[in-house]
Amino acid sequence: MLAFDRVKSQVIPLDRANVDTDAIIPKQFLKSIRRTGFGPFLFDEWRYLDRGEPDMDCSRRPKNPDFVLNKPEYAHGQILLTRENFGCGSSREHAPWALADYGIRVIIAPSFADIFYNNCFKNGILPIVLDADTVDQLFREVGPGYELEVVLETQTIVKPDGSVIGFDIDPSRKERLLKGLDDIALTLAFADDIRAYEARRREEAPWLFGGEQLDWI
Amino acid sequence: MAKTLYDKIWDAHVIRTEEDGSSLLYIDRQLIHEVTSPQAFEGLRLAGRKPWRPEANLAVADHNVPTRDRAKGIADPISRLQVETLEKNCREFGIPVFSMSDRRQGIVHVVGPEEGFTLPGITLVCGDSHTSTHGALGALAFGIGTSEVEHVLATQTLWMKKARNMQVRVEGRVGPGVTAKDIVLAIIGEIGTAGGTGYTIEFAGEAIAALSVEGRMTVCNMAIEAGARAGLIAVDDATIEYLQGRPLVPKGELWDRAVTAWRELHSDPDAVFDKVVTLDAAAIEPQVTWGTSPEMVVPVSARVPDPAQEKDPTKRKGMERALEYMGLTPGTPIEDIRLDKVFIGSCTNSRIEDLRAAAAVVKGRKVADSIKLAMVVPGSGLVKEQAEAEGLDRIFKEAGFEWRDPGCSMCLAMNADRLEPGERCASTSNRNFEGRQGYGGRTHLVSPAMAAAAAIAGRFVDVRKF
Repeated sequence: MLAFDRVKSQVIPLDRANVDTDAIIPKQFLKSIRRTGFGPFLFDEWRYLDRGEPDMDCSRRPKNPDFVLNKPEYAHGQILLTRENFGCGSSREHAPWALADYGIRVIIAPSFADIFYNNCFKNGILPIVLDADTVDQLFREVGPGYELEVVLETQTIVKPDGSVIGFDIDPSRKERLLKGLDDIALTLAFADDIRAYEARRREEAPWLFGGEQLDWI
Repeated sequence: MAKTLYDKIWDAHVIRTEEDGSSLLYIDRQLIHEVTSPQAFEGLRLAGRKPWRPEANLAVADHNVPTRDRAKGIADPISRLQVETLEKNCREFGIPVFSMSDRRQGIVHVVGPEEGFTLPGITLVCGDSHTSTHGALGALAFGIGTSEVEHVLATQTLWMKKARNMQVRVEGRVGPGVTAKDIVLAIIGEIGTAGGTGYTIEFAGEAIAALSVEGRMTVCNMAIEAGARAGLIAVDDATIEYLQGRPLVPKGELWDRAVTAWRELHSDPDAVFDKVVTLDAAAIEPQVTWGTSPEMVVPVSARVPDPAQEKDPTKRKGMERALEYMGLTPGTPIEDIRLDKVFIGSCTNSRIEDLRAAAAVVKGRKVADSIKLAMVVPGSGLVKEQAEAEGLDRIFKEAGFEWRDPGCSMCLAMNADRLEPGERCASTSNRNFEGRQGYGGRTHLVSPAMAAAAAIAGRFVDVRKF
């Protein structure tokens, strides 16, 4: 997993609530069997004026000049500032894959949908929840040249005037993100606990182990 | 201490809990489909790992499959590769898979319960947010991302923090013509699309208990549209009756033992919920969504709302955007909204009971000339066989509906079934997001009976007066 330490970057203001994962990466791009290459199609229906298809060369497509990602002043942003319930809808991990592939490392919002929030940590993206008033204030301040520095170790966001906003994160998630640890390897360290649980469970609920089988190809 | 249903299932699956409160949770079953699994299998392969319990999984392609001329295979080469990759991966890793030509093929959330793969009291996951469906059988079931699909394949576990407990009580009985879909849309309208975020919702009350297991699946299916990863309904006689005789349920003495255990799967009478929401069933009318989020919903007798009445500026802007996208004017009666297409299907509403309800409305009538396409997509091959045995296919075809093969189809339009820009659809699916059913398409979510009536009238009508 990609590690996360600190990011100092422009802030991209996406002033919409309930941004769903269908909007982040539309369904036609989910046909890929790879994890990479989704960045050019991030927010496809908002970002381009034509209908996107997986094999397109996006550099030649007509862009929507009003969409924030297409404004030159936000072209290099790695921090996305947005509204409540970001990432709602489909569980598709293609959404954080597309955000990460585009270069987004931090998303700041008053709230996130649960599955999306989890998926971010698996892909080196730090989702930060701040209260709605603080997010409102950031929306008022953000503009061309506005940068924030996000430091995971100290759980702080440093504003251009030097003032600091703190944020919360689960200690275990923080540790994994800081070190870029392989979740599966960590869990397999508990293989004996898993087997002991299964042995116990097999006594309590034997119908969940073995038993009826399906015919299949 | 008194426990909720969620507490009981959670506690029975905790392997260990860390100091920060995250728990290693045992996962009994995983459903797999072609869209969210290829990268998980690739991850196993790259790390040289094997599935922990291959037989605890069941795979079936549903999102990309064509719904007609299936013998010809999949025309789109990218979709075809994804479906072929699923079957290849499952063979390589020894995971049970139904091929596209298997008569049991269908939408994962229809197939799981149908085969008895979903059992009460289990933890069940799938790389699909509508996994909440399976909570209808008293299973703790929720959607996960692809990294977690790989984690479950490799370890049969997930790291999770326990969600809070919410109970949604629907008291009293709904009137005639009001269905499970209307109940859940009304609930989402009440609590909002983020109202259940961070919670597991248990649906309870007389109106929920009165639903068939199919209806309960419709309700739990859309728990995620209220923000809750999992929805749950207590086990009762209807649950046990539904399970009996299905291929993967225990048999003989094990069945008796299992039923005894399953009977305990309800919240204790004095269990405490972090939040309780109560709705009056009798006040629920047939529902129609007007916007681009499932919470943008009103009764069929209402009008398209006016953003000017909304005080919250973010919400107001969202409403204005939604109305612009949907091509609707505030104040328009819902019954004046004319439609181009009608879709009856999806993991929300494609079970036999849904098709029966739609057929009952359609019988002896014709689809309006102004409707370009009305289609019925059964949830699985077995639902399709059952419907055909009951003659429902003839009723639909005689009325002018297309009768298709099973799959996700126009719920998310990954296959060839989709809306064209500007087309307006009455759909029994679960999401009315921008572009969900096709680029520029406009979706109104309704029950199967309401969709059927809309196909006949060419516009929304109150099915109770139809």
